[in-house]
Amino acid sequence: MPNSIGHRMPQQIPIVDYLVLSEPPHLEAHACTGCDALYFDRRNACAHCGGTEFTRKPLSNEGRVRAYTIVHRAAPSVPAPYTSVVVDLDDGGVVKANLLDVTGPEHIEPGMPVRLGTYVAGVDDDGVEAVAFGYRRQEDAA
Amino acid sequence: MSSGDVWIIGTSMTPFGRFEDKDLIDLASDAALDALTDADSTISDMGVVAVGNVYEANSHNGQRLQKQIGQTGVPVYNVVNACATGATAVRVALLSLAAGEADTALAVGAETMGKMGMLGEAAKSRDTKKQYSRKGRYGSVLKTEGILGTGLMPGVFAQAGTEYALRHGVTDVQFARVAQKNHAHSVLNPLAQYRKEFSLQEILEAEAIAYPNTLPMCCPTGDGAAAVVLVSDARLKTLDPDVRKRAVKISASVLTSDPWVESGQVQPDVNTLTRNAADAAYEQAGIGPQDIGLVELHDCFATAELIHYDNLRLCEPGGAGEFIDSGAPWREGKIPVNVSGGLLSKGHPIGATGIANLYEVTAHLRGEAGERQIEGAKVGLTHVIGLASACAVHILEARPTSGSEVG
Ligand SMILES: [Zn+2]
Repeated sequence: MPNSIGHRMPQQIPIVDYLVLSEPPHLEAHACTGCDALYFDRRNACAHCGGTEFTRKPLSNEGRVRAYTIVHRAAPSVPAPYTSVVVDLDDGGVVKANLLDVTGPEHIEPGMPVRLGTYVAGVDDDGVEAVAFGYRRQEDAA
Repeated sequence: MSSGDVWIIGTSMTPFGRFEDKDLIDLASDAALDALTDADSTISDMGVVAVGNVYEANSHNGQRLQKQIGQTGVPVYNVVNACATGATAVRVALLSLAAGEADTALAVGAETMGKMGMLGEAAKSRDTKKQYSRKGRYGSVLKTEGILGTGLMPGVFAQAGTEYALRHGVTDVQFARVAQKNHAHSVLNPLAQYRKEFSLQEILEAEAIAYPNTLPMCCPTGDGAAAVVLVSDARLKTLDPDVRKRAVKISASVLTSDPWVESGQVQPDVNTLTRNAADAAYEQAGIGPQDIGLVELHDCFATAELIHYDNLRLCEPGGAGEFIDSGAPWREGKIPVNVSGGLLSKGHPIGATGIANLYEVTAHLRGEAGERQIEGAKVGLTHVIGLASACAVHILEARPTSGSEVG
């Protein structure tokens, strides 16, 4: 189960600021008002149309797997193997994250539906929890 | 009347590998001096020098090279452009000729990576208090690599491969065949870092790095350098007949960057800029993929080579898996690809790579590739791509043997 952000929980901070820890947790992008291009990071101008005005846009928690790899030789301190996926979100946006609970290619199919889930990825020396997101196969997450 | 054509009259590459007794400038000097000798020229003949390197890019390697082989006072350009660094140095040299600023040019690419490993340097240890705070444009509170997927090279090119595979039904065996081919080809190349043949089974059962790529499906890090000497058409006409008859024409030289696509901010799109570069190069050269006698393309990973068959229009759209199965890119096949062994076995000292592929194709077009010669090759294509992204495609043509030109 994706954890939820309730009362009496330790203080939490999203791993990146495009993850919004509301109920339910979801991703938000900067949307170019000129062409609707979506950006997870702050942009000086739109890389697609050159526009300089952006609004915040919440993105769908559901999408489909577009690409993946199972990483066996990982960066230092990253537990392996794990699966990285590129997900086409329903209603727009493409995101990269880990596919949780899957480490075999036989579990991945073209266009497989997935759903966003969150978990605590680390705790700092003040007890603040960093909350990360990943995706689960919809058939597992149901 | 002289055309705007630019010619390669000399080229060289050092062996690729690990050379503890040679520094970057030793390797660059070896390649540069040998290319000049091959061109029957000296550094004093060169009107411009361009030097490509990535990992020591703030060290003014062009001037460091001049200190060793000749401080002639000509313009020097220090070039860095990801894995297209060497090819970009060639283009800087070529543009100087095209602009009429010079009629001879030396382009060199060099790199020393040693045993850096494909994931780069290890993380430094931390002894200060850990306190999360939002950093950078994503407001990240900790390193996201391995948590929000992978953005390291092996993973990026693995995902580029599986994206194609999910769409077109490519199998892990087909990806592995690419590595089987390139390692087999490398046995004939005395300059390759590795010259060991692998069976398909050995490749599939080797250590998994980032699925579907196993260790022999990933290029090694290493040291090496390569160089080319370029001249304008007008200059070529003044040179010794023995130099002219070995000259190879640069029929197309194209550099692209990655245009915006929706997915590009999370997963670099290595396809569009390669397709754009290939299409522009074919148009510039006035030929099509069917005219190409050999290809040296950027097989940093086996998955990359397979998708570039499609990006470079060597196969039917979506048909890269069948293309490798058919044997077409083997040295005996319809369009030999990476007969040098490719990056997978020849090696990939980043700054040198985009010139080493010109060295390889030039050797074949001159009929001087020895044991690994592709007989009768008249036209060849080179391709490099580096994440950021930058892609360069060159098309080279052998000089007509009939000597139609009067000089
Ligand atoms: Zn826009």
